[in-house]
Amino acid sequence: MTSTTVQVLEGAVSEYVTAVIGGQLFGLPISRVQDVFMPERLTRVPLSPGEIAGVLNLRGRIVTVVDMRARLGLPKNDAGRPPMAIGVDLRGESYGLLIDQIGEVLKLADDGREDNPVNLDPRMARLAGGVHRLEGQLMVVLDVDRVLEIMPDMPAAA
Amino acid sequence: MDDLLREFLTETSESLDTVDNQLVRFEQDPNNARILDNIFRLVHTIKGTCGFLGLPRLEALAHAAETLMGKFRDGMPVTGEAVTLILNSIDRIKEILAGLEATQAEPDGTDQDLIVELHQTVERGMQAMAAAPVQPAIEQGTLVPQVLERRLRPGEVSLDELEHAFRATASEVAPPPAPKAAKPAAKKAFAEPETSDADRVANQSIRVNVDTLEHLMTMVSELVLTRNQLLEISRRNEDTEFKVPLQRLSNVTAELQEGVMKTRMQPIGNAWQKLPRIVRDLSGELGKQIELEMHGADTELDRQVLDLIKDPLTHMVRNSADHGLETPAERLAAGKSEQGTIRLSAYHEGGHIIICIADNGRGMNTERIKAKALANGLVSEAELEKMTEAQIHKFIFAPGFSTAAAVTSVSGRGVGMDVVRTNIDQIGGTIDVKSVAGEGSSVTVKIPLTLAIVSALIVEAGGDRFAIPQLAVVELVRARANSEHRIERIKDTAVLRLRNKLLPLMHLKKLLKIGDGTSTDPENGFIVVTQVGSQTFGIVVDGVFHTEEIVVKPMSTKLRHIEMFSGSTILGDGAVIMIIDPNGIAKALGTSVAVSHEIADENAAMRAGAAEQLTSLLVFRAGSEQPKAVPLGLVTRLEEIATDKIELSNGRYMVQYRDRLMPLVQMNGVSVGASDTQPILVFADDGRSMGLVVDEIIDIVEERLDIEVAGTSDGILGSAVIKGQATEVIDVGHFLPMAFADWFSRKEMRPSLSAQSVLLVDDSAFFRNMLAPVLKAAGYRVRVAPSAQEGLLALRSGQAFDVVLTDIEMPDMDGFEFAETIRADQHLSAMPIIALSSMVSPAAIERGRLAGFHDYVAKFDRPGLIAALKEQTAEISRVAA
Repeated sequence: MTSTTVQVLEGAVSEYVTAVIGGQLFGLPISRVQDVFMPERLTRVPLSPGEIAGVLNLRGRIVTVVDMRARLGLPKNDAGRPPMAIGVDLRGESYGLLIDQIGEVLKLADDGREDNPVNLDPRMARLAGGVHRLEGQLMVVLDVDRVLEIMPDMPAAA
Repeated sequence: MDDLLREFLTETSESLDTVDNQLVRFEQDPNNARILDNIFRLVHTIKGTCGFLGLPRLEALAHAAETLMGKFRDGMPVTGEAVTLILNSIDRIKEILAGLEATQAEPDGTDQDLIVELHQTVERGMQAMAAAPVQPAIEQGTLVPQVLERRLRPGEVSLDELEHAFRATASEVAPPPAPKAAKPAAKKAFAEPETSDADRVANQSIRVNVDTLEHLMTMVSELVLTRNQLLEISRRNEDTEFKVPLQRLSNVTAELQEGVMKTRMQPIGNAWQKLPRIVRDLSGELGKQIELEMHGADTELDRQVLDLIKDPLTHMVRNSADHGLETPAERLAAGKSEQGTIRLSAYHEGGHIIICIADNGRGMNTERIKAKALANGLVSEAELEKMTEAQIHKFIFAPGFSTAAAVTSVSGRGVGMDVVRTNIDQIGGTIDVKSVAGEGSSVTVKIPLTLAIVSALIVEAGGDRFAIPQLAVVELVRARANSEHRIERIKDTAVLRLRNKLLPLMHLKKLLKIGDGTSTDPENGFIVVTQVGSQTFGIVVDGVFHTEEIVVKPMSTKLRHIEMFSGSTILGDGAVIMIIDPNGIAKALGTSVAVSHEIADENAAMRAGAAEQLTSLLVFRAGSEQPKAVPLGLVTRLEEIATDKIELSNGRYMVQYRDRLMPLVQMNGVSVGASDTQPILVFADDGRSMGLVVDEIIDIVEERLDIEVAGTSDGILGSAVIKGQATEVIDVGHFLPMAFADWFSRKEMRPSLSAQSVLLVDDSAFFRNMLAPVLKAAGYRVRVAPSAQEGLLALRSGQAFDVVLTDIEMPDMDGFEFAETIRADQHLSAMPIIALSSMVSPAAIERGRLAGFHDYVAKFDRPGLIAALKEQTAEISRVAA
């Protein structure tokens, strides 16, 4: 959001599961991550918003898979490498976030987190809850709740 | 504590939580009628139940709040204060409930402050609205005498008197609080209920979350699947030591499955428990003698379903008592016994449970329903004309529909049947109403036994599998080009002629927008004949697999807005597939299913449809970058043909197609053999086919076809804007003779007969250009007229015509009017008139017959048209001879 000062307790740290989407490093708060899995047998859902890649069966649960590239306004992945998915829960429903590549788990001090740079791409800024400056690169913190605020497309059917 | 009271408290506290949520949303979005409807219904339910339990304080408050919300529904502007007021009222209701829970009686105190304020807000709102023309219904709502559900206690004033007092007095004078009969229970200040959360009644009964049961159910299903896999393995490996334990596992699994299913089943009598008391109270209140008969109370059904039909059942019984049955005097006058009967019955039928609520009262008042439907703008007078009585009766399921002249506490606010339909819809049931004037009416509800496991037909469309609930499926038809079941096209509407009934068809692929466009075979396919309410239609799919018992899982909230699906399921092979919602498909069909479903929306859609006719167009590229288009209805098939199959013979390209040689015609600039496969459009007629070679098939779109500029080159009719792009519409008539010079002329030509003349009236240049050559080729002399007026001029000019061919949908004067005018003209009254239309509903055909059309032909049905012309002109020759 726009608050300029973040009050944190001395020495508070958060753990992030990192992921690469379209060459950019993102971090998801580990408390929100249920599991990481290879999406298999993804069923597309006709008439669904473009950001929904489809649904799949993960150990008997139906998981709605969100295409993070579409969500961030990035082009489709053409690297040919099969995508991975990070499983998250929102109000009792299971979601999978499609990412290009899963990274390591990072433990980062909360006071190292900075606000979104003002010139961050608006589509990314909408989903970002700050950035961490790591060695040599930036990690954008993904706000899972905002990622899952997917508005339905206007019903396309006549 | 009274069981009824306990149940009321549990239910009400749940309802109130929902109301709170909804109200907050409502404040943010005051124009959202759906949210308002929800709140209204919840408060209505609370109020209704209070009446039966004898909770006058709650009832009075809820009634006042409901009145205000009713005004919002009628269009009174929603102000922040008004919402605050309603929120305050809800808070007060909660306080009273807390007291009720602690002492089992309503706490003392008065709510007159809130009630007065609520009434004043209504007043102010009405004044504000008075400037604008007020709907009579609204006036009715406020001025009719109000009836309290019980007799007045000494000292109390009637609601009417209160209302009058409010009108007459200046706003700040509060009328004296209605004195209360003293309650024997201990007094408690309602503001600070001392009850600790721990021993609240609402918490004493454990409500098992449906999700928990569903989860259990899913686990059992998974177990069954795993067992099946194991059994399969053991079958392949003879004599394994696993055999015996596996057999035991199998038995235990089956028993477990049965047991879990059973936990969800309850006798329907549980939902009927409250009814006898309700009926007894009602008969006292209404001054009617009512007998309640109950049959089949031990019929079992799923607990979840039971919960959902409880309220609707109550509403329907109340309706029967209030609207259906007459007063004893009226009954005697009609030659019936004084006592009216409401008969409730339940029984199993197939995978359904059928519940019927019947009364032997006066039956529904068709005229009043008609008037009300008109007043509410649900239908036009013309539409009503065409409706049967049964269709009109179905209007009672429309939101806000009530024909009761007086708004009473018992019923008549137009909520009841609306709630009923919503709840029944939710569980995939159907509801039907029958009524015979003077004999009584009955409502039949058909609902699935369980929502957890349903039998579904697994079909394929566009490469994906989908499940269609078996309950909605009537039959499966395999359509083939040459069989009696043939898919026909009427303009952009596909229909199936099945046992002499025209069935509208929907391609599942198109509906779900997953069609790849290239493999659409308009004549072949599997058709799942589906019934929703009284509406029957066909869903065209690419393949049909088998039926399977599927475990229904709700759709993710992100996908729940898609009306085509009711849920998803996991198949035996582990794949997730979508469950098709036949209601959603019926809605997309946008026809007269309206009566039972979203009447207002549908009608708006129908009107929009009439104003803007859409044509399915095939968009492709040929010879140039600019896209070209042809009405899809003219194209028989789309094919991709391997380039090496194309042969050059006698200077022309040919291809072996379905065991015959098919000539190919190139459009200007299209080169054959540029790539491995060549897309072609196949046009077929009477056993002969020709292929039009194009570069690329782009899309199939539905657009209003408006040809703007006349064609400059051969083979182009003109340009139209399709999907925002200038597109050339090709003239198929130009290309057909290039394949067979005699395409149009070979069979219909009858030189022996002196050429007969046809007047062709159509406002669309496209169809005039399209049909005139066809008619000429068939041996007729053709005169075209671009409007009905010009058609009349031509007819009256003295030129002799043998037959008139006219479009229906035309500006200024439409085809019906045109036909009526011709019929009315004494010189022309015998003229045969054939209607050309894309509207093929039986009602439209009937309307056509009434207007005086001799025949009704679909626009793209060329053979049908020629046949109709022949028939009509032969008639003339016979008469002349």
